Amino acid sequence: MASTRDRISNGFVSFLWALAGIAIIGLMWELTKLIGTIIDLPFNTSNQAMPHIWTMFSAFSLPEVRGSDTTVFQAVLAASTYSLTLALGGFVIGVSVGLLLAIIMQRFLFFERGLLPFVIASQTVPLIALAPLIVGIGNQISFGPIQWSTTYSVMFIAAYLAFFPLSVGALRGLQAPSSTSLELMRSYAATNNKVLWKLRFPASIPYLVPALKVSAAAAVVGTVVAEISTGVRGGIGRLMVEYARETTSQPAKVYVAVFGAILLGLVVAAAITAVDVLLTRNLPKKGLA
Amino acid sequence: MNRGKSWIRVAAVAASGLLFLTACSSSDETASETTDTATTEEGATEEAAAECTELTPVSLQLQWFVQAQFGGYYAAKDLGYYEEQCLDVTILEGGVDIVPQTVLAQGGADYAISWVPKALASREQGAGIVDVAQVFRTSGTLQVSWADSNITTAADLKGKKVGNWGFGNEYELFAGMTKAGLDPANDVELVQQQFDMQALLNREIDAAQAMTYNEYAQVLETVNPDTGELYQPADFNVINWNDEGTAMYQDAIWASEERLADAAYQDTTQRFVTASLKGWIQCRDNAQECADIITANGSKLGASHQLWMMNEVNKLIWPSATGIGVIEPELWAQTVSVSLNTKNLEGATIITAEPPATAYTNQYAEAANAALTAEGLNTTGDAYAPIEVTLNEGGN
Repeated sequence: MASTRDRISNGFVSFLWALAGIAIIGLMWELTKLIGTIIDLPFNTSNQAMPHIWTMFSAFSLPEVRGSDTTVFQAVLAASTYSLTLALGGFVIGVSVGLLLAIIMQRFLFFERGLLPFVIASQTVPLIALAPLIVGIGNQISFGPIQWSTTYSVMFIAAYLAFFPLSVGALRGLQAPSSTSLELMRSYAATNNKVLWKLRFPASIPYLVPALKVSAAAAVVGTVVAEISTGVRGGIGRLMVEYARETTSQPAKVYVAVFGAILLGLVVAAAITAVDVLLTRNLPKKGLA
Repeated sequence: MNRGKSWIRVAAVAASGLLFLTACSSSDETASETTDTATTEEGATEEAAAECTELTPVSLQLQWFVQAQFGGYYAAKDLGYYEEQCLDVTILEGGVDIVPQTVLAQGGADYAISWVPKALASREQGAGIVDVAQVFRTSGTLQVSWADSNITTAADLKGKKVGNWGFGNEYELFAGMTKAGLDPANDVELVQQQFDMQALLNREIDAAQAMTYNEYAQVLETVNPDTGELYQPADFNVINWNDEGTAMYQDAIWASEERLADAAYQDTTQRFVTASLKGWIQCRDNAQECADIITANGSKLGASHQLWMMNEVNKLIWPSATGIGVIEPELWAQTVSVSLNTKNLEGATIITAEPPATAYTNQYAEAANAALTAEGLNTTGDAYAPIEVTLNEGGN
C-alpha cells in the first residue's frame, strides 16, 4: 500500500479545488454586486453593505487604530491564535468528557438508557441563554487562590458544544465490533478492559475521526460565539464585535475578522485531518465505515 | 515533636505580640496625624491611607467593552483614586449577553453600571439593587434623520420609516411619539435597526436611533460619496429626547440592596462612589487624558472617536447643579412615568408598579459631593464648557 503518498497527492489536488472554490465564491460575490447595480435585488448590494473583495484585502494592511504599529491583519492573527488556544482547551476537555461518557454508556446499558436523553437534551439549550448563566455562576467559583475567569467560561462553553458529537460518535464506534469478534474475545477469556483496548477502540476509529472533526468545529464555533456573548477580551469573537461597530464608516474591516475566524476553522480542520492520517494509517482504506 | 510544637507556640505568641504593638503604634500615629492636619485638605486622604492596611477588593460590572462611556471609572482606577479610598477595583467588561444588574444581583460583581429603566425592570423582577449614584444626568439617545426629510420633532415621524433597536432601547422614542399624539403601532413604520447606521445612510429608513457619543459619531466619520468629504452635522436633523420631555435616566452606579444593610458594605460603597465621581470630575477637566487612559486600557476605538465619546459623555453629566451623582426627583419621576406608562409594540410597559422609594438613595452621592468639595474640587461643573472635537474618517 503506497497509500500515504497517494493521500498526500490527493490532498494537494483537493487543496487546489478548495482554492478554486474560494475563487468562485469571490467571483459570485462581485457578480451579485454587479447585478445589483443593474436590477433591484431584494437585498442591499452597495459598497457599504457588501464591500468589494479588493477593499476587504486592502483593509488587511490598515493600521488597527491610528498611529499604532499593528495592522488589522496582525491584530486578527493574534486574536485568532488566542481563540485557537481557548478552542483547543475546550476541545480537549470536551473530547475527554465525551469519550468517558461513551465508555460508561457502552459498558452499562443502564447509563446508556439514562444518560443519552440528557446528552441529547443538553444540545437543545440555546447557547445565548447558557453563556450568561455560566459566566454568572462561574464568577462565584474559586478554588483556593485560583479565581474563575470568563476565559474559563468560554472554554467551558466550547467544551459543552464539543463533547456531544464525540460522545455519540464514540458510542456508536464502541458498539461497532461484530458479535463474532466479541465472541472470539470472550473465548480468550478477555476482561472488559481488554476488550475495550484491543477490540472496541480500534474498531471505533472510523467513527471517532468524523466525530472528532465535528467536535473540533463545534469547539471553534463555541469559542467564537462565547467570546461574542461574554465579551472576553483578546479573541476573534470580541474583535468581530469591535470591528462590526465600525461598519458604518469602515465596512471592510469586519470582514478581515471574519477571514480570521474562517482561518481558525481551517487550521483546526487541517489538524484533525492530520490526526486522521495518523490514526487510520494501518486500516484498510476502502470498505469500512 | 513536642519541642517543635512548643517552638511554634512561642513564635505565634511573639508574632501576635508584635502585631499588637504595631497596631497600637500605627493607630497612635494616625491619631496624632489627624489632630495635626485635620484642617488641611490632605488630612482626609492621608488619614485614609494610614488606616488602609489592606485594600478592599471590589468589582464593577460594565454594560459594554472598555470605552469613554466608562471614562470616570478607568480614570479613578489608573490615577489611584480608588487606592486613595483603600479600594482595589477590578473592572469587568460587558458583552453582548451580559446584563450588569443581573450579574450584580447574582453576586458576580459588587457594583454595576446600568441604565435606570432596565435596572428598574430587573428590580421589579426580583433583583435587589439600588441606584447609589446617578452619573449621567441627561439621556444620550437621539433620533437622527436626513436634513431633507424635515423631521425635527417627534410629530414629524408620522408616516415615516422609523428605526429602533428594540430590546428595551425603544421606550424614549415610543413615549415621544405617544406624547406627540402618534400611535407607534399604526402611525409610523417601525423597523428593527442594526447597531450601525448603514440603514439610515442608505436611506432604507428615514430616522435612526443613535447615541450622541457613539452611533451619531459613526455617521460623522463616514465619507459622503457625493462630496468626498465627511458627512456634516448640517446634513442631518436630530430629535433629542431631553427636549421632547421623554428622556430617561441612563448610566448609574447600582449596589446590592441586601448587602447595603451591612455597615462594611455601606462604607465600601461610600468610598467607591466618592472615588468614582472624582474620576468623572477629572475626566470633565481633562477629556484628552481620559480618552488616552481608555485607549491604554485596550479600547479598539479610534482616537478621535474616543475623544468625541468622552466629550459627549461629559455633556450628559455636566453641568450638574445638584452635584454629580445626585438624583433629581423630577427626572427620576419622569423616568418612572415613562417606564410605567409607555407601551411598546407588544403592549408591554417596562415596569407595572411604581418602584419603592428605596430604589434609589442620595446618601452616598451627597456625602461624596461634600467630601470632594472639601478636597477643593468643583462637583457641579457650573463653569463646564465642552471641548471641540474634530472627527476623522473611521474615527481614527
